[in-house]
Amino acid sequence: MAIVCERPKLKWWEHLYLPALAKGMRVTLGHFFKIVSGKKKVTMQYPEEKWDDHMPEHYRGAPALVTDEQDRERCVACQLCEFICPPRAITIHPEEIPSDDKWAKVEKRPQSFDIDMIRCIYCGLCEEVCPEQAIFLRKDYAITGTSRAEMVHDKSKLYEIGGKRVGLVNKWNELK
Amino acid sequence: MDWQLIIASVIKIVGFVFLTTLPLVALSVWAERRVSAAIQDRVGPNRVGPLGLLQPVADGIKFLLKEDFTPSHVRKGYFWLAPALTMVPALMTCAVLPFGSKIFGEKMVIADLDVGPLFVFAIASLTVYGIVLAGWASNSKYPFLGGVRSTSQMISYEISLGLSVVPLIMIYGDLNLGRIVQNQAEHGWALLPLWGEGLSLKGFILAIPVFISFIIFTTSMFAETNRLPFDLPECETELVAGYHTEYSSMKFALFFLGEYAAMIIGSGLAVTLFFGGWSLPFGWLTPESVDAEVPWWHGLIHIGTFFAKVIAFILFFIVVRWTLPRFRYDQLMRLGWVFFFEIALFNVVLTAILLIIFK
Repeated sequence: MAIVCERPKLKWWEHLYLPALAKGMRVTLGHFFKIVSGKKKVTMQYPEEKWDDHMPEHYRGAPALVTDEQDRERCVACQLCEFICPPRAITIHPEEIPSDDKWAKVEKRPQSFDIDMIRCIYCGLCEEVCPEQAIFLRKDYAITGTSRAEMVHDKSKLYEIGGKRVGLVNKWNELK
Repeated sequence: MDWQLIIASVIKIVGFVFLTTLPLVALSVWAERRVSAAIQDRVGPNRVGPLGLLQPVADGIKFLLKEDFTPSHVRKGYFWLAPALTMVPALMTCAVLPFGSKIFGEKMVIADLDVGPLFVFAIASLTVYGIVLAGWASNSKYPFLGGVRSTSQMISYEISLGLSVVPLIMIYGDLNLGRIVQNQAEHGWALLPLWGEGLSLKGFILAIPVFISFIIFTTSMFAETNRLPFDLPECETELVAGYHTEYSSMKFALFFLGEYAAMIIGSGLAVTLFFGGWSLPFGWLTPESVDAEVPWWHGLIHIGTFFAKVIAFILFFIVVRWTLPRFRYDQLMRLGWVFFFEIALFNVVLTAILLIIFK
């Protein structure tokens, strides 16, 4: 059976509109006094207070490259991240490691590694796909610049953000 | 020429209009933003100066430095005239508001007219020309619709605004705002007859038509100043920004400030008529008569009282704005013509009958 919704009949004093005004004022003034008396906490005062201390472990910020204990760049320029990146933010130019280098057996390293931070969507697929544990999403979130060129993170910038990370699997280590 | 009168008037004009009302306009813009923020659980502008109090200054600088763009399709003369026509009448009505009793033998009112409320209505109704001209001269759709709406709205509500004051004038038997305030100071405010002659059966019963008047007056004032429950001339969801869509820079600021100036003058008038103007409650520090001398510090207290009341009323304006949703246009017209007009007329008759009974 269909349910019939009755339109409520307003009382004469409800037609006056004034009780509704008083009710509305109670709601708004309630919020007003809660805020003014400091009982209710409002938004974080951004530049002074930041999320930094409250950031969860799984936060996905700017992607960055890392070096290992021997200061070797972990990236072997396999380009998997470049291919999986949904917005195509990553551009890698691989180069061969010369045979007289200490790490010659690694064979490849990135000559240039650019991440366009205007395109990056912080999805974390690059970190997930990396077979070398070379790229990580860090907790930096305020990536700003005054030009498009400035917003492209090149290799040195990426290593600067990433820094050295220890305790990872050392595939190419003599001590393995 | 009476040099003393001229000098005193100039001091009063500069002091009241330029050094008090205009800063109050800026302050009420700030208050509007802070109060609305608090109501919506936000913070509001708190960066410029202590508590963000210098925010209006920053806004003013921004408005002055922005490009003043005049679209090519507008009627230039009227287009430039319109913002001034909204701001100037709003400030001109300051002239008859008594903002204090007396300081050093000078009445604290710029022009002690014997037709105070009439002057206010006459000048305030000029504001509509600014909006009409803005809507028409902009020569585009949204401003035109906003201008048309505003015209009909303001003309409709002027009637109930004028009629709602008639009962008060009948009760006081006077059109001079200074004497009306003096009367209220001695015999109880129109809405709070709790001392003097007001503390009687007559006073309490006459408070009923005064209360009806007050509701009609305040609501019509909202409509006249295009404040939120009745801000149909500029309602942004339908008309972009209404009559000031085509305006930029300082011309827009003039419309914006004109609205707030009208709000302050409206509050001043409501306070003067219904809440005893500059007088303190319970007849404290009341002068003997309108022309009696008062110590200068009494005068200062009276000025402070007036502005405290005005500010409280402005806060009421602001809270109502962030409480009520906008009316539909036919509801607005219905409220003005079918309800307020009739109730105001009935109220005049009721007051007359009550005045005959309690002669």
